[in-house]
Amino acid sequence: MTQQAAGQSLLRLSGITKRFNEIAANDGVDFEIVPGEIHALVGENGAGKSTLVKMIYGLLQPDEGEIHWRGQAVAVANPKAARALGVGMVFQHFSLFEALTAAENIAMAMDGKVDLATLAEEAQALAEKFGLPLDANAMVGDLSVGERQRIEIIRCLLQKPALLILDEPTSVLTPQEADRMFETLAQLKQEGTSVLYISHRLDEVRRLCDRATILRGGKVVTQCVPAEESVESLAAMMVGEQVHTAQREGSAIKGERRMQIRNLNYKPLNPFGVSLKNITLDLHAGVVVGIAGVAGNGQSELFECMSGEVLVEPKAILLGDTPVGQLGINARRKLGSAFCPEERNGHAAVGELSLSQNLYLSRQSTDSVLSGAAGVIDLSALSRVTQSVIQEMDVRKTAEDPPAASLSGGNLQKFLMGRELSRNPQLLIINQPTWGVDAMAAAHIRKAIMALAKSGSAVLVISQDLDELFEISDYLAVLHDGHLSNVMPTEQCTFSTIGVLMGGASEDVA
Amino acid sequence: MRQIQLTKRPQASKLFAALSPLLAFALTLIAGAIIFWLNDKPPAQAIYMYFIEPLIAEWSLHDLAIKAAPLIMIGVGLAVCYRANAWNIGAEGQFVVGAIVGSLVPIFWPDFQSPLTLPLMLLLGALGGALFAAIPAWLKVRMNTNEILTSLMLVYVAQLLLDWLARGPLRDPNGFNFPQSITFSDAATLPEILPSSGATHYGFLLAIIVAIVAWFVLEKTRAGFQVRVVGASPRAGKFGGFSGSKLFIVAFMISGALAGMAGISEVSGAIGHMQPIISPGYGFTAIIVAFLGRLNPLGVVASGLVLALTYIGGEGVQMMMGVSDKVVRVFQGLLLFFVLACDTLIHYKVTISKGRG
Repeated sequence: MTQQAAGQSLLRLSGITKRFNEIAANDGVDFEIVPGEIHALVGENGAGKSTLVKMIYGLLQPDEGEIHWRGQAVAVANPKAARALGVGMVFQHFSLFEALTAAENIAMAMDGKVDLATLAEEAQALAEKFGLPLDANAMVGDLSVGERQRIEIIRCLLQKPALLILDEPTSVLTPQEADRMFETLAQLKQEGTSVLYISHRLDEVRRLCDRATILRGGKVVTQCVPAEESVESLAAMMVGEQVHTAQREGSAIKGERRMQIRNLNYKPLNPFGVSLKNITLDLHAGVVVGIAGVAGNGQSELFECMSGEVLVEPKAILLGDTPVGQLGINARRKLGSAFCPEERNGHAAVGELSLSQNLYLSRQSTDSVLSGAAGVIDLSALSRVTQSVIQEMDVRKTAEDPPAASLSGGNLQKFLMGRELSRNPQLLIINQPTWGVDAMAAAHIRKAIMALAKSGSAVLVISQDLDELFEISDYLAVLHDGHLSNVMPTEQCTFSTIGVLMGGASEDVA
Repeated sequence: MRQIQLTKRPQASKLFAALSPLLAFALTLIAGAIIFWLNDKPPAQAIYMYFIEPLIAEWSLHDLAIKAAPLIMIGVGLAVCYRANAWNIGAEGQFVVGAIVGSLVPIFWPDFQSPLTLPLMLLLGALGGALFAAIPAWLKVRMNTNEILTSLMLVYVAQLLLDWLARGPLRDPNGFNFPQSITFSDAATLPEILPSSGATHYGFLLAIIVAIVAWFVLEKTRAGFQVRVVGASPRAGKFGGFSGSKLFIVAFMISGALAGMAGISEVSGAIGHMQPIISPGYGFTAIIVAFLGRLNPLGVVASGLVLALTYIGGEGVQMMMGVSDKVVRVFQGLLLFFVLACDTLIHYKVTISKGRG
């Protein structure tokens, strides 16, 4: 930040409080952004980062406190008002129409009438200026997540914002794509645009940001200059207690083969899905195999093929020696496998059903004890099993048997993991074990996964979190555009070799 | 400037889930009173005549039970179907087809009079309704047609079929060309439960039993669990290993079977012969019954009685005050409208905040 800019603030929040049913998501938050700085907002999931920026962008109204914009008290009634002030925001989850072109999507977000051809030109010019390659006439459905993010960023930049808010922008990018985005942000800063950068990736924050505000439990813990801190000290401020990372003890002993995938090809019905091409993979007892990749490169398709939610060639997948390509998910469960999908509410669980009923969801076919005569559910047995899972995984909840949707992401994920783990499956397939889960719960879950492998189960973890994969996997492979790379021992991999593969380079280059 | 805002509750409110139907009913009464007043009818007296008088006399209570029986039976089936996220709007047609198929026995084999006659008729009625309901379900699963439209369109097919049958093949040859079948024999007539008291037939009891069984299956068994999971989230249903399209067809056929059984019960118990029109829109009113009863089979029993009251009371005010015969439809529509509106309060709460600036 330049010296003369430091004098006046662009945005100043004082005493901002926002409550949801007595729980304060933000509690007396004060902070300030000056022109031309990149300011990080750091905190765990649930620390109140999203709530805070939603208030800045006019999506929520604060219960108490004031927002000052260039020294004037303002009420940001809605996003349109925020844009009029000069605030632009790129969300973590994009709001793009897949069946429209990039230019059409940008036009949709403009306030007032626009000419599509002029807009496309402007967007293209802006894209070149900031080094964000973009084909304005490409259909969004055909674009990668990184390219989609560029559309969102350009859409904001077209409005010439004084403050650009980015919510977890790199969570969907390869390391190389992220680097390119950092250059763009540096250029924006040069031109005097301020950036509010939300992230829990601390190395990025250290590299990129001039100042950081750290939130914990809805309150500002401290402000610091991240370049002067270490990743460890930032993490300690963010979490507030020391997080124990799970440690792999020595190299795993490769046991018998539990699952074999040979030349698996699958074309999804959904036109925007990713086809799987010629996938070959073995899963062995005692070993954790991690599959890295940027979101939307076939992870959910691969998961559904393995779980039996979609059917494939009979012999493309063997469980033990049994061809299961044409067997449904319950038949595969009966053969000793367990599955934990990425999406909690709406796939792994039904939000409005209670925990015990959600336990029944994945175990009604395998646990005969849960079903009495004539298909009547044995409620007392079900409640016993449920309570033991809750205890084992330390699930925090508000009632005896609450609806799944009422639990926080981390607690629900612990429960759903425990639901599968307590069956002691011979094979466990997990998609995104700690997505949107707080650090403590994530550590708990990773430990449980490694313990399961150590006890002799085969485990496959699909994740976009490279730190996580390096921490828990014995072997790594990368999924890109429906292709699976060779499986490599983790010791022989680095972030950069995996990163290059995630970006789609062939293995010879890596 | 004050702003009225709806804010989402973290959990569905149990209080408002219970209160919402009552609130909706109260609002219906108020809106109804205003409509009577605008039509120069004394509102208080009209509301009394509509909603209180039918509950005082013994004979009209029997009338209430007779009207409630088909509403409850169809409503239970629709509740199950809607819980499975399958939108059967054609229960009226399935009711009619069930009545046609069930009444073939007493019309073409009038001499077959045994204790098996009635069970056979009910069975055939259920079968007819189920198969007729299978058409839109199959079209949806195979061709991805919209089941709301196809099931609704098939209602008119069924009604016109009945109209033709009642004037043709099913007509009583000795009936002086009246478009009516022969009167069913006693063995083919659902008997009255309490003949000394009034005309309520066993169809009412059957409806109650159906409701209790459906509630038990839905809440306590694996089959019912399937319905709830697939209805709430098809993807989670798949994760549980349940086939969405199979369940869709089954759900449709169950609601069709119950509508068909209601149809033959109505003809056998309340009418006594076939005629071109056998229903004052029970199959459509039962949609309101299902929603007012919170898609819960036991709730449907209560809401079926309430909607039966709108029929009986409506007839009362038509006769006594000379209002239009559309008044029943108006009240039923108001009720559905307010139920859906009040249901918002289950998931949202209203806050009035002072907007700033």
